[in-house]
Amino acid sequence: MYIKLNLVKKIKPLLFFLLLTPSIYWTTKFYLGDMGINPIDKIIREFGNFSLRLIIFTLFITPLAKIKALRSIEILRRMIGLFAFYYICLHFISYIFLDHFFNWNYILKDVYKRPFITFGFTSFILCIPLAATSNNKLIKRIGYKIWKKIHRLIYFIAPLAALHYYLLTKADKTEPLIYIILIVILLVFRIFYYLSKKDSLPR
Amino acid sequence: MIKILPSEITNRKDYMKRRNFIKGGLASMAMTLSSGALAFHNKDNLINKSTLDLNDKLNSYYEITNYNNYYEFGMGKSDPATNSGEFNPRPWSIKIEGLVHKPGTIDLEHILSNITIEDRIYRLRCVEGWSMVIPWQGFSLSKIIDIVQPYADANYIQFETVYRPDEMPGQKRLFNEFRGVLPWPYLEGLRMDEAMHPLTILSTGLYGHDLLNQNGAPIRLVVPWKYGFKSIKSIVTIRFVAKEPITTWSKVNPREYGFYSNVNPNVDHPRWSQATERRIGEFKRRETLMFNGYEDEVSDLYKNMDLIKYY
Repeated sequence: MYIKLNLVKKIKPLLFFLLLTPSIYWTTKFYLGDMGINPIDKIIREFGNFSLRLIIFTLFITPLAKIKALRSIEILRRMIGLFAFYYICLHFISYIFLDHFFNWNYILKDVYKRPFITFGFTSFILCIPLAATSNNKLIKRIGYKIWKKIHRLIYFIAPLAALHYYLLTKADKTEPLIYIILIVILLVFRIFYYLSKKDSLPR
Repeated sequence: MIKILPSEITNRKDYMKRRNFIKGGLASMAMTLSSGALAFHNKDNLINKSTLDLNDKLNSYYEITNYNNYYEFGMGKSDPATNSGEFNPRPWSIKIEGLVHKPGTIDLEHILSNITIEDRIYRLRCVEGWSMVIPWQGFSLSKIIDIVQPYADANYIQFETVYRPDEMPGQKRLFNEFRGVLPWPYLEGLRMDEAMHPLTILSTGLYGHDLLNQNGAPIRLVVPWKYGFKSIKSIVTIRFVAKEPITTWSKVNPREYGFYSNVNPNVDHPRWSQATERRIGEFKRRETLMFNGYEDEVSDLYKNMDLIKYY
């Protein structure tokens, strides 16, 4: 049983709305004052947590698409990746605006003094070239090889983001540890795949 | 942006009005109901020693009782309110141990019927960077210390929280150590002069009600110039010792949590800044004050100490 490309194409818009919904839901709840007793903390965490999940989700697509039956899901990867970037931006903006209200002096100190913010911030910066080159026109212009190299940045982005979450957790690191383990497995898979193929690294 | 219902904010005037109402109305009611636990906080001998700065507004009862760090009941902020229903804080007694003339067990009811409950409105600053203003009821810890008469070499006091895994779901979870949850029972400590300081109280109520389980019922410490985790909850043992005692957080992570843990905007937590805080219910962060704003009262305790070294 193969998953037909047509079916995936039909699912795609559905997935689009599915991934968009949480941001609308949380923003609305925040606006209505229904985000709990410390709403700013809560919304920042929701955005951040969801973006990390989406990053891991995109990392799953490539190895799954190696299975012949699932090959067609590869066309979903870019959209999920861009949604990850969308939530990272929301996470970042809510940190800058809601948490610190553009207190740049304080934010800059935070970025260089706090390892967890340094990692998170670096991860965010590294995402920008990925998001910027996620359209067909640009891929054509810069060439597939360069595009591929740029997108290997995800191998830094994902661990940095997971480490960012791990380090800010005060107690009960179960959830960040699960993410770290998943990322390690997904990256190790790529190394083995590369060694077995003696080809270039899979994306 | 953040909507706060006007009803969620109780200003001081209304709170005091409410206090008087409770004092007048409920006290007589409680008396007729014989030994209602509520009675302890509604006696006529309430003395108001509280001060509240102009820019400090009381947090609502809802906020104070639904946003808690009390890992014995779970690690989410709303977990203590949700998971503490099984906990039974009465009857309660406190063991007095160590270097004292009068060791033994004190019944909480006995303490309460012999002591004057006072109102103390304090700022509470959590090490995580948020704060509240809470109207506690309680009494100075020094009153207990005076009764049990510590030896001259009792330089420190260690406090211990109750260990009841059957009633405290956070204490019975599997793989607690792996998950980085705390070792139980929870331990805290103070130097004797800190413990004797008039601002240091044992609290048994807030907003005129007995403490709810999520706030550390039936009796907890409140040390307003230190980070919140120093204010240990549901105390069962008070131990007088000669040397600086073990405290849970500094044992688990000595680099991040010191024995003193005084609120200090100039000494950052290794992972986050302590320069500012978010008052629960407010949008913009505010500057954190030295000793949480109690500098005039407590700075003498630390006048020859390097507060960077002894964080």
